[in-house]
Amino acid sequence: MSGTYLGMPAFPKAASESTRDLRMRANLTHATHTIRDKRAKAVAELADWPQLRAAGAAIKDRTLRHLDHYLEQVEAAVEAAGGHVHWAADADEANRIVTELVRMTGESEVVKVKSMATQEIGLNDALAEAGIRAYETDLAELIVQLGDDLPSHILVPAIHRNRSEIRDIFREEMANWGRPAPEGLTDRPAELAEAARLHLREKFLRAKVGISGANFMVAETGTMVVVESEGNGRMCLTLPETLISVVGIEKVVPTWQDLEVFLQLLPRSSTAERMNPYTSMWTGTTAEDGPQTFHLVLIDNGRTDTLADTVGRQALRCIRCSACLNVCPVYERAGGHAYGSAYPGPIGAILTPQLRGTGSELDASLPYASSLCGACYEVCPVAIDIPEVLVHLRERVVQGGEVTLRGNRTTIKPAKGHAAERAAMRAARWALDHPAALRGGQRLAARTRRLHPKHRLPGPGSAWTETRDIPAVPAESFRDWWQRTRGISGKETP
Amino acid sequence: MRVALFVTCVNDTLYPDTGRAVVTLLERLGVEVDFPAAQTCCGQAQFNTGYRYETEPLVRRYARAFAGYDHIVTPSGSCAAMVRDNYPRIGAKAAAEGRGQELARIADSVVPRTYELTEFLVDVLGVTDVGAYFPHTVTYHPTCHGLRMLGLGRRPVELLSHVKGLELRELTGAQECCGFGGTFAVKNAAVSAAMGADKARHIGETGAAAVCTVDNSCLMHIGGTLARLGSPTRPLHIAEILASTEEHPYALEDIR
Repeated sequence: MSGTYLGMPAFPKAASESTRDLRMRANLTHATHTIRDKRAKAVAELADWPQLRAAGAAIKDRTLRHLDHYLEQVEAAVEAAGGHVHWAADADEANRIVTELVRMTGESEVVKVKSMATQEIGLNDALAEAGIRAYETDLAELIVQLGDDLPSHILVPAIHRNRSEIRDIFREEMANWGRPAPEGLTDRPAELAEAARLHLREKFLRAKVGISGANFMVAETGTMVVVESEGNGRMCLTLPETLISVVGIEKVVPTWQDLEVFLQLLPRSSTAERMNPYTSMWTGTTAEDGPQTFHLVLIDNGRTDTLADTVGRQALRCIRCSACLNVCPVYERAGGHAYGSAYPGPIGAILTPQLRGTGSELDASLPYASSLCGACYEVCPVAIDIPEVLVHLRERVVQGGEVTLRGNRTTIKPAKGHAAERAAMRAARWALDHPAALRGGQRLAARTRRLHPKHRLPGPGSAWTETRDIPAVPAESFRDWWQRTRGISGKETP
Repeated sequence: MRVALFVTCVNDTLYPDTGRAVVTLLERLGVEVDFPAAQTCCGQAQFNTGYRYETEPLVRRYARAFAGYDHIVTPSGSCAAMVRDNYPRIGAKAAAEGRGQELARIADSVVPRTYELTEFLVDVLGVTDVGAYFPHTVTYHPTCHGLRMLGLGRRPVELLSHVKGLELRELTGAQECCGFGGTFAVKNAAVSAAMGADKARHIGETGAAAVCTVDNSCLMHIGGTLARLGSPTRPLHIAEILASTEEHPYALEDIR
């Protein structure tokens, strides 16, 4: 994935700083609560939501099981319709392909449709290195780009910003990228939108190359689908002469009938709309209508390895709706940047460590960035059991074991930095598997209970007592009370 | 009907009053309850932190300790959910690793017999009025594992609504996690504390004398946060409310 996030601290460290950013937290609380309530209402309108959700999961699972077949079907259909298909094993290869394709057009700037795949591979940076300027045209991506910031949400990349911050960014930065912000710009949403419209229109009308992702690829016809709210994507998809779409291989759905399910699931889950305002679909090229050259760059970048994991593969069902982010109490307080990835929130916590591996301290910390409250699973429109995958990946972090890396089965060692925890877990397990030892510990704790601190523990325990008192140890454990009053039932070691 | 109490390691060690309350309550309802001494812990902390292999001996111990009982009742939503949701996963993974069907068979045997306390009361005993008396204001926090993994729904609230003298106060943002999350509370202490602070604020806004849940581990975090903030609201397990009667009323000031 992107190099942009390289060197970022592990989640707990990043989050302990971001949780102190009260303005960001207020912005996020307001935004996520608003959208989560709206989503709940939009979903409640459909009596068959559980069936739609099950259908979405089933279609994705079936497609992933036969992914090789459907991808070749996509390739054949796109080429038959006049498009060109390229395969990229990883981010570097994808960036090389796209850069070369842009170079071949002789252009030095491109307009972009909001796309998670290009965020994931760090395409803008790769293009910049090659002297090609990429203009983000999604309003929120524009705010992020102008502010020299990173996206913090899948659907609303600038969710951490409020409108007065956005006004300041527009005033200060628009002139450096093209048409300046209008004089006297206020933070009224209509004025901000108008400023963005004027700024972007210039780019749309000038651009010869557009770059997009796709929400879905329909295998039977080779049709790409982009759903959006603003219409800026539609501009990029129709006005340029050349269109390059960078799409993860898991985005394929076999048929239009399958697509119908997702076009119901996605808008209600992401923007709480019954139907998104703009749905753009294109199949290869059409003479005298829209881009006359179309390239599809299919990216793997860890997806095939993820598919090899029987528990973790459900993450590939994800349709990037971000409902899980909007209900996540951890995301709401830590913010998206703490996840150090284009994919923040609960889905990021299971996707990033699979796509990038658990080798770095940051990636190994992501599966722990959850209280396992399960709110994400409850709202997921394709029923990804995120808590299950989180725990599965925690196992990978502390136990190591068999994984697939670039197509090869290999055994990885446990991640570093868990030695003390592992020793504690083993000791606890031993005591808990020896009731007499447990009883001994309880009695010792009871006898010394007057000496126990209530407000401050040393070492790792201080993480608890920083904000919480510790419970007093009772004079007598339950098991001692039972034995004293009722006698012993059965053997301690049957 | 042979009923065993699975008190859980946390209650056994830190909250024996909750265990005693379950015994009092069940016996009052005519259930003979046993406490098999071989029991210790369901292994939730190990499993949820990623130590599946360290969990397996505790899964075996759970099965041995509760062999022969028709019902295993536990005053902990998260421990019941650990058995119900995760024991089958542990069994399936062991089988997939070529280590036989033993753990899968254990899961098959214990899962249908394991009940969280309010499930046992409402679904097995069929009671929602347990004859309790608790003349105080109470707010109820539905813990995540009780709410979303077990699907306890209205069972705890139904039980509370039949308690004489009890005034139930609605909790804003009730369905949001309190921020405990087991080892999450120390691994991601800052986020956990931020979540706990919001939960404590909402609890404070109810003005209730006590906040109750089906899980003392969440209450340890909530109560610890409330105590640190100097809140007068006391953390209390639902079993202790349901065990309280007019003859033997629970004294709020008794709470440690």
